[in-house]
Amino acid sequence: MIAFENVAYSYGGGDLLSDVTLRLAPGSFHFLTGPSGAGKSTFLKLAYAELLPTAGRVTLFDRDVTTLSRDDVARTRRRIGIVHQDCKFLDHLSVAANMALPFTVSDRESDPQDLDELLAWVGLRHLADALPPQLSGGERQRAALARAVIVDPDVILADEPTGNVDWEMSLRILTLLVELNKMGKTIVVATHDLNLIRQAKAQVQARVLRIAKHRVQLAGADL
Amino acid sequence: MRFPRAKPASPATRALQVVPPSGPTAWLATFTAGAMTFLCVFALALSLASGRLADRWSEALARTATIRLSAPAEQMEIQTAAILSVLATTPGIASYRALDEAETRALLEPWFGPGLPVEALPIPRLIEVVEGDPGYDSQGLRQRLAAEAPGALLDDHTRWRRPLAEAAERLRILGVLSIALIGAAMAAMITLAARAALATNAEVIRVLRLVGARDSYIARAFVRRFTLRTLAGSAVGTAAGMAGVAALPAADAAGGFLTGLGFTGAGWLWPLVLPLLAALVAFLATRRAAFQKLRELT
Repeated sequence: MIAFENVAYSYGGGDLLSDVTLRLAPGSFHFLTGPSGAGKSTFLKLAYAELLPTAGRVTLFDRDVTTLSRDDVARTRRRIGIVHQDCKFLDHLSVAANMALPFTVSDRESDPQDLDELLAWVGLRHLADALPPQLSGGERQRAALARAVIVDPDVILADEPTGNVDWEMSLRILTLLVELNKMGKTIVVATHDLNLIRQAKAQVQARVLRIAKHRVQLAGADL
Repeated sequence: MRFPRAKPASPATRALQVVPPSGPTAWLATFTAGAMTFLCVFALALSLASGRLADRWSEALARTATIRLSAPAEQMEIQTAAILSVLATTPGIASYRALDEAETRALLEPWFGPGLPVEALPIPRLIEVVEGDPGYDSQGLRQRLAAEAPGALLDDHTRWRRPLAEAAERLRILGVLSIALIGAAMAAMITLAARAALATNAEVIRVLRLVGARDSYIARAFVRRFTLRTLAGSAVGTAAGMAGVAALPAADAAGGFLTGLGFTGAGWLWPLVLPLLAALVAFLATRRAAFQKLRELT
């Protein structure tokens, strides 16, 4: 689904990531952890073609990212739900319109009843008409998650989805991600919150990728 | 939880403003488009009018010539008769006639006032010649006149017709050049405005790319906005410009240059093309700017 082969990524001054080889199997649940600045966001950006590897090969849905045109990248992103740490909403549109944005940009729209159901699932039905700046951190993260999953993507990449929220809200978001995984979605969650990972392990078979010394390694069972 | 089913976008979703409204600065583009089109209407009027003028002058003057006869009083009648007989036998002349005293007096009246004793003055005799089609050989006619009537001088008006026609032609070129320059300036202005709007909305564009928008979708949002703005602005500019031209004093019979500035007949349709042209310029300029900018973002 998403495969890295000897991938390296370097900014001007040396490698941030190097020699990364891994394969995200369909239906898997991965946590990506490591100190801040280690390259968690860079890893995710490589996985949705925001960045191109400086060496090696990244394959998205069996296609080498370097062969993708800009329109191919756009189409690929419709199969990948992305939850950004800072959410990235269009602040002049309502929460409901923001959630439906992946449909809007492909000249489609969702059935209003289905959209309502999705809003209810993330607990934001009462805020459908609110503007994003009026939302709390937890509400924003859940709205971002709803937007990421609205087009029924195969993969969900979440970058610190619990970064700005309290523990209770973190658990709620984790529960949503676990539910999605049980529906067969491939999930990658970048986080530095080890408690969250421990909590998840009780609910789902999650694997942990740790970034250390520019490498991405599969961590052991113990944390 | 069930994933929403997709269906084709309704008009409401399609018209959704994914790019936030840009407030008062948007009016600057509309205003500039309007002002430029207003100027363009006058440049158009100028080039159409000078084109007409050039045609009129060439046409009116090319077909006529004048023979001026200065001779001692006793020679006058003899030489006049000689000239007329030369003209009668020259091919390519449609008609000719000697101006009588009353006509000569009328020509001189604006300068000398009425009651001029024309017969007491050594005033040259004027003979009007109208060229046929094909015309006559002016060089040959000159030589024959010199032989038959030494005091005769053929003036076929080329001496002052040509510079006037040339001036009018230059004026027309200047008008066309002005229209082209205004069009280029408008393209430059809209490109700058579009680039500013794209830069301001870089974050919006990033979000749209993140959720899978293609470049053409994003570009469309900007292109539509700038095209409609320009169309609206230049429609108002055209209306104002046409009203201004219509309000100019009517041309007199002689078609003086300044009062002749304006549109005639079907010429009034030309300025109506300007808003469409402006919208096309805006469309192309914004589209180019948008795709250029988008390539800088992933």
